[in-house]
Order: sequence, then C-alpha cells, then structure tokens
Amino acid sequence: MRELVAFVSGLLFGIGLALSGMTRPQKVLDFLDFSGSWDPSLALVMGGALLVSALGVRLERRRRAPLLAARFPRPPSLGVDRRLLLGASLFGIGWGLVGLCPGPALANLAQPAPSILVFVASMLAGMALFRLGARAGAQPGRGAAAASIVTSIR
Amino acid sequence: MTEFTPIESLTGGLLIGAGAALLLLCNGRIAGISGIVGGALGAEPGDRLWRLLFLLGLPLGAALVSIGLDGTGVPRASTPLLIAGGLLVGYGTQLGSGCTSGHGVCGMARGSKRSIVATATFMAAGAVTVFVVRHWLGGAP
Repeated sequence: MRELVAFVSGLLFGIGLALSGMTRPQKVLDFLDFSGSWDPSLALVMGGALLVSALGVRLERRRRAPLLAARFPRPPSLGVDRRLLLGASLFGIGWGLVGLCPGPALANLAQPAPSILVFVASMLAGMALFRLGARAGAQPGRGAAAASIVTSIR
Repeated sequence: MTEFTPIESLTGGLLIGAGAALLLLCNGRIAGISGIVGGALGAEPGDRLWRLLFLLGLPLGAALVSIGLDGTGVPRASTPLLIAGGLLVGYGTQLGSGCTSGHGVCGMARGSKRSIVATATFMAAGAVTVFVVRHWLGGAP
C-alpha cells in the first residue's frame, strides 16, 4: 500500500511538473532572468505547491503518526552551515546553466531526447560522486575538495 | 521568450503540493526528488521499491500531460554545459541535502530556516548564472 501511495504521489508530481512548465528549460531560464525576458509563471508553481504542502504539514501536526507508517519525518535540526550554502550554490549554478532541476529532468525522460539523457546521466554521476566522497571520509572537508573538482570540470 | 501561464502553473503547483502532502501524511516521507534519488542509489533493502515507484511516476505523469511531449522539455544547452550542469545539480543537491522540491516545497512548508536559506541561495545562484550566461557571455540558452 505504501508503494502504491509513493507511485501515486510521483504521478501527481509528474503531472504537476509538466503542466506547470517546470519541465521546460526555456521557461525556467526565463524565470531566472530578472533583467531580460522575465516569466513570473514559476513563482506561481512554488506558491501553489507551498500552499497545499503547508496544509499537509498542518494536518501532520495534528496527528501522532502517518496513516501507513510508524512515524513522521524528523528533518535534521542542524543550523545553516557551509555545506548547505555551498551545495545550494552549486545546484543553483547547474540549474541556471541548463534550466532543469532533478524532478523535471526525470519527468522529461517521458520524451528521451539525447540532451535529456546526457543531463540525467551527468546528474546521477554527480550524486554518485558525492556518495563516494561521503563514504571515503565523513568529514566535510572532503566534500568541499570533491566539489572543487566538479567545478573545475566546467 | 516564454509566455506567462498563470492558470497552468498554479494548477501544476497545487498538484505538486498534493503529491508532497500525500506522501507525508500516508508514508511519513519528505517528497524531495534529490533525496529520493540519493536514497535509491544507496541500496538499503526494503527502502528502495517505494523510491523507484515514486520516480517512475514522474515521467509517466508528465506523459499524461501531452504538453510535456511537444519538445519543450529538451534543453538547448551544449553538451559540455549539459554535463557540467548535470554534475553540479547532482552533486550540489546531495551536498546541500535538497533541491527545488525538498527545500523549496517541503522544507519551506515546514518553516525550516535551513530550507528557506537554501532556496534563496539556489534561486540567487541560478539567477546570477543566467545573467552571466545570457547578458555577459551572450549565450543562447
């Protein structure tokens, strides 16, 4: 049953991403282009998604446990650190270079064009690279070193 | 230049939020795509199938919306940029523990300070990148 819920949730995400325009790299780049052809559509995607998602969080806080699982998630109570800032910056640069973030990139596999496959393969390689680095040494310094390698590849 | 699509974008956003709320309230999971993919790459038995089924739903859901199949999903970036961008998105989302969905939709809905800062950071980094590529370097995409 949990697997079915996950699939339906993924379907809703996929429909929402495609309908909203998040899967269109040009639209994403126009959204990020404040000094040029700014397209504010994607602000509405985030607004709409936040609205319903926050409703879900309100319901969560009234319940002791999820319907189908033992407990609600407890996100790490870490503060803002260098790792978060560096990771978000690297992600933002990649997002701005191509116009695709992870969800839309995977949703676009519905129309597997060579450039989509190249992007998704590189994205998975980047994720695997991080996991390898994290396994090699748990200290954050290692992650930063690997990050500079990724940047130098550019 | 792309057109402003308020109705489609808002409706799509509401559906994305519904997907996130469903996964949270039923399965107690955060619908962050990079987190779900990252977890699927590490093989923890019993924790993999739901991730793969969620991820399978993404292209299938997009395929249900015919506008996703009209070629507008194909990025215009050159192959070196596609590879660099993919590596940065993959590595950065793991290092920063989240992407547009995990931080931008789920984390911000929880009022997480980390997620608010992360979202502001990747939006700013994306905007600066687009500015440099389009207006300084005169790049096509």
